[in-house]
Amino acid sequence: MTDASVTAQSNGAVAQEGRSLWQDAMRRLRANRPAVASIVILILITIACVLGPTLSPHTFDAVYRDYVKVPASLSSYPRDEQIEPAMRTALRRARVEIGEWTVEDDRIPIVITSTREIDPRLNRYLDRAALFENAQVLDLSDDKRSARLVADITRLYFFFGTDANGRDLMTRILKAGQISLSIGLLATVVALSIGVAYGAAAGYFGGRIDSYMMRFVDILYSLPYTFFVILLVVFFGRNFVLMFIAVGAIEWLDMARIVRGQTLSIKRQEYVHAAQAMGVGTRGILSRHIVPNLLGPVVIYMTLMVPKVILLESFLSFLGLGVQEPLSSWGVLIAEGSRNLQGATWMLIYPALFLTTTLFCLNFIGDGLRDALDPKDR
Amino acid sequence: MYSYVFRRVFSALPTLFVVITISFFLMRVAPGGPFNLERPLEAKVMENLMRIYNLDKPLWEQYAIYLYNLFQGDLGPSYFFRDFSVAELIAQGLPISVQLGGLALLLALTIGCGLGVIGAIKQNQPADFGVIALATIGITIPNFVVAPVLTLFLAVHFDILPAGGWGDGALANKVLPVLTLALPQVAVIARLTRGSMIEALHSHHIRTARAYGLPGRVVVVRHALRSALLPVVSYMGPAAAALLTGSVVVETIFGIPGIGRYFVQGALNRDYTLVMGTVIVIAVFVVLFNLIVDLLYSLLDPRVRYD
Amino acid sequence: MSGPLLQVSNLVVDFDTQDGVVNAVRGIDLCVAKGETVGVVGESGSGKSQIMLAIMGLLDRNGRASGAVRFDGQEILGLPNRRLNTIRGNRSAMIFQEPMTSLDPCYTIGDQVAEPIRFHRGASAAQARARVLDLLAQVGIPDPEEKIESYPHELSGGQRQRVMIAMALANEPDLLIADEPTTALDVTIQAQILELLAELQARYGMAIVFITHDLAVVRHISDRVYVMEAGVVVEEGATKTIFANPTHDYTKMLLAAEPSGVKHPPEPDAQTVIEAAHVDVIFSSRTGLLGFSKTRNVHAVKDISLRLRQGQTLGVVGESGSGKSTLGRALLQLLPSAGEVRYEGRALHGLPERDLRPLRREMQIVFQDPFGSLSPRMTVGEIVTEGLLVHEPRLSRSDRERRADEALLEVALDPSMKRRYPHEFSGGQRQRIAIARAIVLKPRFILLDEPTSALDRSVQVQIVDLLRDLQQTHGLSYLFISHDLSVVRAMADEVMVMKDGALIEQGPTEAIFQAPKTDYTKALIAAAFDLKTAA
Repeated sequence: MTDASVTAQSNGAVAQEGRSLWQDAMRRLRANRPAVASIVILILITIACVLGPTLSPHTFDAVYRDYVKVPASLSSYPRDEQIEPAMRTALRRARVEIGEWTVEDDRIPIVITSTREIDPRLNRYLDRAALFENAQVLDLSDDKRSARLVADITRLYFFFGTDANGRDLMTRILKAGQISLSIGLLATVVALSIGVAYGAAAGYFGGRIDSYMMRFVDILYSLPYTFFVILLVVFFGRNFVLMFIAVGAIEWLDMARIVRGQTLSIKRQEYVHAAQAMGVGTRGILSRHIVPNLLGPVVIYMTLMVPKVILLESFLSFLGLGVQEPLSSWGVLIAEGSRNLQGATWMLIYPALFLTTTLFCLNFIGDGLRDALDPKDR
Repeated sequence: MYSYVFRRVFSALPTLFVVITISFFLMRVAPGGPFNLERPLEAKVMENLMRIYNLDKPLWEQYAIYLYNLFQGDLGPSYFFRDFSVAELIAQGLPISVQLGGLALLLALTIGCGLGVIGAIKQNQPADFGVIALATIGITIPNFVVAPVLTLFLAVHFDILPAGGWGDGALANKVLPVLTLALPQVAVIARLTRGSMIEALHSHHIRTARAYGLPGRVVVVRHALRSALLPVVSYMGPAAAALLTGSVVVETIFGIPGIGRYFVQGALNRDYTLVMGTVIVIAVFVVLFNLIVDLLYSLLDPRVRYD
Repeated sequence: MSGPLLQVSNLVVDFDTQDGVVNAVRGIDLCVAKGETVGVVGESGSGKSQIMLAIMGLLDRNGRASGAVRFDGQEILGLPNRRLNTIRGNRSAMIFQEPMTSLDPCYTIGDQVAEPIRFHRGASAAQARARVLDLLAQVGIPDPEEKIESYPHELSGGQRQRVMIAMALANEPDLLIADEPTTALDVTIQAQILELLAELQARYGMAIVFITHDLAVVRHISDRVYVMEAGVVVEEGATKTIFANPTHDYTKMLLAAEPSGVKHPPEPDAQTVIEAAHVDVIFSSRTGLLGFSKTRNVHAVKDISLRLRQGQTLGVVGESGSGKSTLGRALLQLLPSAGEVRYEGRALHGLPERDLRPLRREMQIVFQDPFGSLSPRMTVGEIVTEGLLVHEPRLSRSDRERRADEALLEVALDPSMKRRYPHEFSGGQRQRIAIARAIVLKPRFILLDEPTSALDRSVQVQIVDLLRDLQQTHGLSYLFISHDLSVVRAMADEVMVMKDGALIEQGPTEAIFQAPKTDYTKALIAAAFDLKTAA
């Protein structure tokens, strides 16, 4: 294979403007269809999570008492069969006889009669139910014993159904996505900063400093890390900001190990020796030789770390240690879903779908980046 | 060999000590205490409890007492499960967790390695893509999604397995938890094996074996798989320790009385001794399995020697 | 004796790569008679190894072969592995370039040599063992009874290649394919292995296909030669005829590609640039766990003194592990060492890095590996100008660019290539870039650490010429480290021979080559030059 690749390379060296390894990698990444599809899907999910909750007709904490645990559906609520019981329940308190009624599109005219005088303000009873609005009492008869009550039916859509409190699941999932994605991103940044600084320092200084620094990491490794996160969460309280610091503070260990290993191996490369022999100082060697060559593995690892962090956050949320109501994250929703498994499967399926799709995409992107940046592994 | 094992066990003691120390103090820094219940106790009762459990003493003294007792093999009483000692709780829960974890481990190793080898041999063919897809699914879908989904289908929908409970260790009760525990491990092992197998199949000594007309089975199993197992072995060290010491999620969802749950329950209830007990169990397992990994390494690869 | 043993017709080998299809072999014909030795010669990338891998069904997964290959009358190209396995390791055998990695590190050499015997002959464990012991003795492994239990990593490179040969002979094959079997070995070991192969061929009467880039080896060993360039056989014929009357330009070029000429000696009163006295380098490594550590010392350089004058080239010669590179780095203060080093009379030892930095501009270094010594994420322009940033920080950007252009022109590279990245260049071009990086600072002394060893012969010659020209123009002093005696002979005024960190012999180049005094130097020179004259 070496022979073949050499010819391929020399044939490729025709362009006047050089192609950097990054440009090569991007070209290879664009050719990787699963990775490109993943990037597109991830962008769509992100946009939906960022814009969705504001565009949605429901707020993420709006409670619809009439629609507790309604199944996911593309058609609107209320269902025809729901209208009558809801109307009767609403009007029971009004103490009127319900005569003829029909559903005309989004309006419901009802003929009502009563033994007493009908109060024109009884439209309130109907308005109070989430199903109806703009109720009006029309054609009040002269004896005020009969009238026509007309109300608009509020058509609501719950594409993903509602949860056990009657809140729209789609809005909640998108809102939860904001939390999950931002924790994933922020915690990764925290882990990245600590890990890269620590690992690069250990790798670059080497020798005794390195062995002490890594000994410390080894000890932290042998601590059960969930224990750590749980303690941090218990200690700091269930706070959104501290949440990702806690998660990031755990995940940096892997990063530090990887960066250290890479730094050590780059330091042994002849181009670093050449720079040293040329009198380039520590700063020049770090900035021109070590960091640019470190970037590849770091970027790869970062894309693989985001899903890990999201997963860890979901795991904590699942245990009830994550963000608090009314905010939620995908993990919280999945936990609720698995508690309502019997009879409300959509409560598990949709959040799980969002979480796993995101994780899938991030994994594919990470793998794609690795293949693109490290083409020898094909 | 024996002297190496002895030295390794000996050198693990400082690590264990550091783990115990950090856990002990970290636990105590957290606000709240084991008896700060929702309904506050009477001051007198509280005082008595604190005295009985030595919690009124200065922290360093409590630490010294804990270490002293630990040295004599006493893990102390549980503050939450008040009729039990921590040792009793662990003695009840650990065998169950080890049983489930062990089964999952065996399942994961056989299926994972098998799939990985198939993927590597059939690289970039449909069978390989199947293995990659399965591995990605197993890695990305978290166990707290897998467990309810499996329950939904196998227990609720088809009603062929119990949805939860331990049932005194009946086989049917073990199926779902073991599957849930094994699936992500199958995925990781298959992926690792596939990757290292591909690398091994490209190595020069495999080219030699093929150039000398050795049958494909011999080339794959004798020459490639052996070196390809090394990364799997080093992954399996911590993974096995984690599996055998129980999973909070699986034990919670399926209602299994293992020790995985004690950990979270203990932390939430500030059951200091119970948390310390589980931490020690986990740390001992980690140390033990790292040692086993190193020994397996030298068994698989003669270049690694410990003398 | 009907027909040739191996008949290859119109063999084509293609590889599918991300950059499209690469044609490694473009339709070659080749034939090997029973018992003869055929050499296949070509430079890297000529496709010579791929031919043999294709014949034996060992191509990488992305490779495809077409054409016809007849082994003893039977068509074998594209046969399923099961059928091929009746031939591979039984009637044919291969040995490879990489003695370090060609054996499975997990099994003893006894197990591995026995495998083909057991699979092809169905021998019992005891029979196989007896045969292995016999084979190991035949290939000159000392104490076969003991060595049969060793693992490959416990043997030296030469011994491993001997084990490979034992394995190849196990079933007394009709055809032995040897793919650069001596390239990774030191010259003295190379000579022994070639001798062994010749001796075994005389005993067993097998045919040998010898693939190599080294014309001297081919001339020494083979009856007929195929010369390959870029996937095509450009010339073939009896070895003697081709070496005496090459017809194709490429063959002529290869034959002329022996480094030649001598260096003009420096002025007799040239001033001393570098002087070193009693340099010692000891590497200590600590092994073991906390509290049980052991310190192991390796004495890499032992008590070396030298003097290098302006315009002079001092060659340092030795086999791998002789400490020659370590000595070079110690001189440049890139490694901690004991002893004394003076640059233009100024003691360098113990100087802090800050004080050394201005001197670093005048002492440059060029490494062996043209692939590893250039930072892969910097453009050629950035690589060449980096030293100027450090040593002439006040230079304007355009002045820096101009200096880089000059340096690139001096090493015969087009300055418009400045914006490209190292991976876009060939090995020889990269080595030129590395030289440009060194001379852009206008140094007085350059440490050349095996600068030609990773290059093809024809490129080597160009680099040797380039280095000599630059030395002439700028009055440079070189410390030239190499294991390749013919290159040293063409480059150096004076030669130091090193072995195991110690100086064995030192003197003017021609004196050493004409009349070596020590046995070690004699053996080295014999191994390197006898091949050329033996044919």
